[in-house]
Amino acid sequence: MAERSFVEEVKKLRLSGGDVFRGEGILAVTKALLESGVSYVAGYQGAPISHLMDVLADAQDILAEQGIRFENSASEATAAATLAASVNYPLRGAVTFKATVGTNVASDALANLASGGVTGGALIIVGEDYGEGSSIMQERSHAFAMKSQIWLLDPRPNLPSIVDAVKQGFDLSEASNTPVMLQLRIRACHVHGHFIAGDNKRAKFTLKDALENPQRDVGRIVLPPASFVHEQEKVKDRWPAAVRFIEERQLNEFFSEDADDIGIIVQGGSYNTLLRALERLGLADVYGNTQVPLYVMNVAYPVIESEVIRFCEGKRAVLIVEEGQPNFVEQNLATILRQAGSTTALHGKDMLPVAGEYTASELLKGARSFCERYERLAPLPVPPPVRKVIPLKEVAAIGVDAAPEPAQPSTSLAEVVHARPPGFCTGCPERPIFSAMKLVERELGPHHVSADIGCHLFSILPPFNIGNTTMGYGLGGAGASALNAPAGKRAISMMGDGGFWHNGLTSGVANAVFNKSDNLTIVVDNNYTSATGGQDILSSNAVNRTRSTGHEIERAVRGVGVEWVKTMRRTYDVAGMRDALKEALTTAKKGPKVLIAQSECMLNKQRREKPLVRKAIVDGKRMVREKFGVDSDTCTGDHSCIRLSGCPSLSIKPNPDPLRTDPVATVLDSCVGCGVCGEVSHAAVLCPSFYKAQIVSNPNRWDLLRERLRAAIIGWLQRGEARRRETYAF
Amino acid sequence: MTNKAQPIKIAILAMGGEGGGVLADWIVDMGEANGYVAQTTSVPGVAQRTGATIYYVELYPIAQAEADGGRPVLALMPLPGDVDVVLASELMEAGRAVQRGLVTSDRTTLIASTHRVFSIAEKSALGDGRVDSAQLLAHTARAAKRFIRFDMAQAAEAAGSVISAVLFGALAGSGVLPFSRAQFEATIERGGVGVRPSLKAFGAAFARAQGGDDGEAPPEAAAAMPTPQPRHPAVRALVERVQREFPAAAHDLLLEGVRRLIDYQDTAYASLYLDRMAAVAALPGHGDHRLLRETARHLALWMSYEDTARVAALKTRATRFERVRGEARVQPGQVLAINEYMHPRLQEICETLPGGIGRWLMNSTLPKRIVERFTQHGRVIQTSSLHGYLMLRTVAAMKRWRRSTMRYAEENRRIEEWLQRIAATAQCNPELAVELAQCQRLVKGYSDTHERGIRNYDTVMRAVERAGAALAPATLRELRDAALADEHGHKLQAALAQHALA
Repeated sequence: MAERSFVEEVKKLRLSGGDVFRGEGILAVTKALLESGVSYVAGYQGAPISHLMDVLADAQDILAEQGIRFENSASEATAAATLAASVNYPLRGAVTFKATVGTNVASDALANLASGGVTGGALIIVGEDYGEGSSIMQERSHAFAMKSQIWLLDPRPNLPSIVDAVKQGFDLSEASNTPVMLQLRIRACHVHGHFIAGDNKRAKFTLKDALENPQRDVGRIVLPPASFVHEQEKVKDRWPAAVRFIEERQLNEFFSEDADDIGIIVQGGSYNTLLRALERLGLADVYGNTQVPLYVMNVAYPVIESEVIRFCEGKRAVLIVEEGQPNFVEQNLATILRQAGSTTALHGKDMLPVAGEYTASELLKGARSFCERYERLAPLPVPPPVRKVIPLKEVAAIGVDAAPEPAQPSTSLAEVVHARPPGFCTGCPERPIFSAMKLVERELGPHHVSADIGCHLFSILPPFNIGNTTMGYGLGGAGASALNAPAGKRAISMMGDGGFWHNGLTSGVANAVFNKSDNLTIVVDNNYTSATGGQDILSSNAVNRTRSTGHEIERAVRGVGVEWVKTMRRTYDVAGMRDALKEALTTAKKGPKVLIAQSECMLNKQRREKPLVRKAIVDGKRMVREKFGVDSDTCTGDHSCIRLSGCPSLSIKPNPDPLRTDPVATVLDSCVGCGVCGEVSHAAVLCPSFYKAQIVSNPNRWDLLRERLRAAIIGWLQRGEARRRETYAF
Repeated sequence: MTNKAQPIKIAILAMGGEGGGVLADWIVDMGEANGYVAQTTSVPGVAQRTGATIYYVELYPIAQAEADGGRPVLALMPLPGDVDVVLASELMEAGRAVQRGLVTSDRTTLIASTHRVFSIAEKSALGDGRVDSAQLLAHTARAAKRFIRFDMAQAAEAAGSVISAVLFGALAGSGVLPFSRAQFEATIERGGVGVRPSLKAFGAAFARAQGGDDGEAPPEAAAAMPTPQPRHPAVRALVERVQREFPAAAHDLLLEGVRRLIDYQDTAYASLYLDRMAAVAALPGHGDHRLLRETARHLALWMSYEDTARVAALKTRATRFERVRGEARVQPGQVLAINEYMHPRLQEICETLPGGIGRWLMNSTLPKRIVERFTQHGRVIQTSSLHGYLMLRTVAAMKRWRRSTMRYAEENRRIEEWLQRIAATAQCNPELAVELAQCQRLVKGYSDTHERGIRNYDTVMRAVERAGAALAPATLRELRDAALADEHGHKLQAALAQHALA
């Protein structure tokens, strides 16, 4: 079960012709798939396309009505290979994953898919997680489209354009027998807008038809000599067919084409931001009426030569706005213009940043320098150089006790605004694993830690500062494979359960068995692929109506031949985790060691249990809530506990003690009582300031009786003690 | 272009899980329900996991678009210098908005909560790593055209709601958006989740923002210290001694010290404290009494060092039970149990036992091993149970023979050495003596933490000895800060090397 429930969103999938759909970009894509008559959808979750997968998972009944098969693929490679169904049969299919991690993993299947070509429309929806907040390496899907010859759509980021791109994408795919990639930048995936819905369409040719009437065409299989033919087909047949289609359907757009003798060529995805920049420069209005001619490439690849030449005809200069590097489009345009003998000057990365996100301010700067260069804008006056003046410090007048409020800040803003990196959630079961690793580090010294993709990667940040490399999803084990030599220490690999099933079982664990590794792999098993939004996987405990769960990681690991396997069923047991780690790192036994650290993702657990608990309390059932706290009179303000935990609920507050100045630790109300604070203070022998409060709602008779007895005796003793102290009070 | 119409641009800065998304959705829903084209987007990504993130909303009137015959093209990210309203759920996030250029004095209304959610760097410092809120306020106030601010976490708490509802109320109250209060409230009602508390929080925030509440309530004048009214004759004698023998400037800290030490041990112990302080008062100073005040503070803290008996005494008090009851928000009808996480080691046990027994145990073989085995794991003691309470009361009662314990002898030796050093230093350099007095701050905590503190303290003291009178007060301060900079003492070593004191 995913982090978010999409019951409301699923209703939107039933909208029919003329209804207004309001919602997120990626959900609009989901609706567009239904309107396009797809037969199957597959994918691997991950921001920013997780919602597409989650909505479909919650919409199984609608999919069933439409006869659509929906797969939660094991990996992006699986997802891409799923499109094989469209090679021989007129079946429309779509797969989705995040890019470029997904395109990287999928590229083997994508290459073979693109080689043989498709009969039914094949759409690859990639969520381009690029720029601010991105969690993956900064590469471009564009390169994958080019190398495999897959057409790349990059529509303007508004819902009608995105929906249209899905529908046109299927048509284009069928018209050119080529898979089509629809690229959506992260902000476009999450943009809220609206479009007029159409009717959902059921495919005429079904999966059942395909299974019962298998078709075979040796010419579509990737094996010589057919594959040599494919290479020619790609450029001789499919490319021209695609160009024709794109020209005829006018997928690319021209705005104010002849308004001026300069112009800007922009990829669809950057259109809104560019337009805002032009509007701020006084060269456009809010409705997109522009004084500067624009050629909007909603198809990023292939570049349509005829349209480029038409746009540049009679123009002195054009600027290409192309986010990321290398500058594939710019190079392509240069070739086209050169070969056409055009005299139009071409600008791009000379006026815009070579790498990095094209933010509004970057595009404003770039558009300004282009327009200044061609005298459409007067250059900004150069601001007079600011002389640095050391401000006079205001001091208290004689006889005044306190200095006046600082009217002028005395420190720079950069000093007082700290970075706020992501971290483990309150109560996260992965935190104690790293607390335990910190404790082991104290005893055995630091180890090389090969980290992996997933929430557990937050260990590389403060306060844990654990982890040396990360090579990719599920590749934690593989990342340590060279570091396998007789030595006084073993390397430690991290792996999440998501990464484990994605490929880590083979790339990491089986590889370690085969190569006789002596290292330790820690598999964090929290029941879900938590970092992507809490989807179920093979080892999930949840009962899932449409998927088979409950397959234990330990059995899989033993199945590939690991002999030293230990499963910790409660990661919150910090001392237990520490001892297990120590044993794995020091045991004389040879061969790979696998430590499976199990506890349910707290985000998912809370979402599931909170309403149940609330209801149980209302129903009068006895419920125990636990919350931790810190006694500020025994806390000395050293904050070791925070350095070993980093829990958002464990914070600081001013010291109530008039003699002390350092802030004391405090547990905020958001504490879920996971117990790590107490376990850490025990295992690390910290201060005795932590307490755990157990609050019993709807206490039973035994609770009340005991409480009365305790209150009577303890209360009496406490009153006596208080009286004694009162005597000495002043 | 002739058409100069502009969308309304709103940026929301929040941390993951704080309801920034809910707030953005409310604004969109309100816009769409009242004749506006609304667009919002964000980059949640990993920021969902407690990181900082920005939600961006644009609103454009449909009537205007229809009149102009166009469809607005709305942006997906804020352009610095081009934002009408910035909502920040916390003060440092407001600072971040200013840092990113989203708040400009020509047009931006900044609505921010003044409470702090501390960053990991602030929280994990060995001492006090908090940034100065006054600095954040000074920067943000200067940057904005209008700055509506109050403690919204507190306001949310008071209404039993969340901060997004308070921000929404303050937004309504600020009057910067073309929507009525009824339209705002209808939006919350349409949301259908936690409507009543949200409306309550909304209403209170609306009133505060409307009331021109552009600042904090003026800080209450520091409550004058009540005149001490001792009843016990021995206590009265001590209080009178403070008033008679010491300058008024140090009375507050000295009286606090006396209070602490009577509570810690007895009136005789407090008397020892004043004896020691009398010697300090006689030292040459600069008339600003800094040495006296700082020594009064740190001597009281050192003399009330934390041992098992002290912890047990503090944990078993009625006032403490009440405090826990409040912190855990125990409602009438609920039953509370309090569990302590304690890990006394052999050392702590020996230190608490009467001197002879403690020393015997520490030097024994078999009994020592038995106790060591017993103390390998931490223990959870339920103070609210009869058994746990009585056990801790028994431990607390051990303060009776505290003065005979090994620990007392050890701490006393250190205190005396420290005082002597302060006295000797004050003769030639009172400023350095003040810094020396403050070095007590290095010694704190329990077990490992305490040992690390002692280690750092000894290192710094050795450096002081080596440098002698040539040590500059600022250098000592630097060493002290370095000792508090990291757990492993790397910074301290570096600082020592830098000053050729290693």
